[in-house]
Formats: sequence, structure tokens, C-alpha cells
Amino acid sequence: MEIFLAQFIGPLVIALVLLTVGFFSGRYLEKKHYTSIIARETSPDQVMVFAERLPPPVLPAPVTQLVSGSVVISSDYFKRFIAGLRMLIGGRLNTYESLLDRARREAILRMREEAKALGATQIFNVKLETMSIGGRNPNSVSCLEVLAYGTAIIPHS
Amino acid sequence: MLLSNLEIVPGRRVVAHYGLVQGSTVRAKHVGRDIAASFKNVFGGELKGYTELLNDSREEAIARMVAQAKAMGANAVLNIRFSTSSVAVGAAELFVYGSAVELE
Repeated sequence: MEIFLAQFIGPLVIALVLLTVGFFSGRYLEKKHYTSIIARETSPDQVMVFAERLPPPVLPAPVTQLVSGSVVISSDYFKRFIAGLRMLIGGRLNTYESLLDRARREAILRMREEAKALGATQIFNVKLETMSIGGRNPNSVSCLEVLAYGTAIIPHS
Repeated sequence: MLLSNLEIVPGRRVVAHYGLVQGSTVRAKHVGRDIAASFKNVFGGELKGYTELLNDSREEAIARMVAQAKAMGANAVLNIRFSTSSVAVGAAELFVYGSAVELE
């Protein structure tokens, strides 16, 4: 019995602590991130973003410049654990869905901020690129990178 | 050097096409950053160190592409695309390509 305690209780306690810490910090950080994303997305005078290939022809011709925004974001321990359980039965992985959503919106916002700093009013031909950066285990989604890029249209001054 | 991911440049005419130019870089993660990242893997959130690392690497890939385009005599690269792949665990390749052209 004592050997059992020594061998299994220790790792179990560590796992429980990690799960609790992950649950609370992950929830707090996600909430904070969404608040900041929504605040920035709804702020006035935003650069408009389009997936169209070409901007409408206008005179005088605007200046164009490549802009990009990227973010590397990580899931927390609790969410990864839940996703691991979910993989046994299949179905939607809600925890990863919100992670990807946050990363994409953040990348687009950073691209918009870069464009705004250049004095642009629109971004055309926006492309999104996602890459998962595996940790020790290449199959695990420990963190992922999202890159958003496009061409900023700076009106002729 | 004008960089754009559109196929045209508004108000300017392409006078010569020089073909595909590309730049790539393979980067490995830094051990110190890896340790910080493993903490972040418990708490969740943004990995600022990695964001910076990948941004710097991408800049380098762009610089290589621009150097290639310059050597060809181009003054713009159009229709730029980025691509990223993990070659090995802990290493990523950042690749950028486009068409080198000469604008009037």
C-alpha cells in the first residue's frame, strides 16, 4: 500500500495541480484576450480587410505595400487534457476551435495595425497561413502560428 | 524594391517579367525560449519569443528573395506568397516566393 502511495499519488497530485492551474489561468487569459480582440475590432477608423484579389481601380493610383501580422499561441494544460479525452470518442474539439479563432483574429488585427501605421485605408488579397509547432511530441498541438498577410492600399495624398 | 501580393501595381505598368524568385530560411528554436514555452504550455497564451523569432526569420527570407530579384534587375516582386512547414521537431522552414518584374 505504501509503495502504491509513493508511486502513484505523487504524479497524480502534480497532474491535478497542473490541471487546476491550466484551467484557471487558461480561462483568465482567454477571457482577457477576447475582451482585447473585441475592443480592437470594434474601435472606429479601422482599416478595411478584403479577400478580393484586386482593388477597384481609382484615380490617382494609390501606393501599395505588403503588410503582415503573426502570432504564436499556446493552449493550456487543462484544454489539452480535455482534447485528449475528446479524441477517444471523436467530435468537435471546442477547446482548439477557440484557440484557432483567437489566433486568426489576433493575426488579422496585427496586420491591420501595421497597415494603419502606414496610413492605409484598405488591405486587399488577404491570405491566412496556419502552422502547428509541435513540442516534444510532433503529433501534439502544443502551439500554433497564424500568419495573415495582404497588400495595404495607401491613398494618394 | 516594391513588394506586393497583388498581381498588379495600381497605376504602373509592368515592362519586363523575370520569373520566379524565392527566399527561405530554416530556424531552430532556442533552448531558453523552449523552457519558457514549456511553462506557457501549462498556462496558455501567447508565446512572444516565438512570434518574434518567426517574424525575424520571415524578414530574412524576404531579404533573400529581394536579393535574388535585385540580381535579376527587377524593381518589384509581385504576387508574393508565404509558406511555412516544420521540417523536424523544433525546426521550421519559412519560405517566401513571388514574381520578379520591372515596373516603369
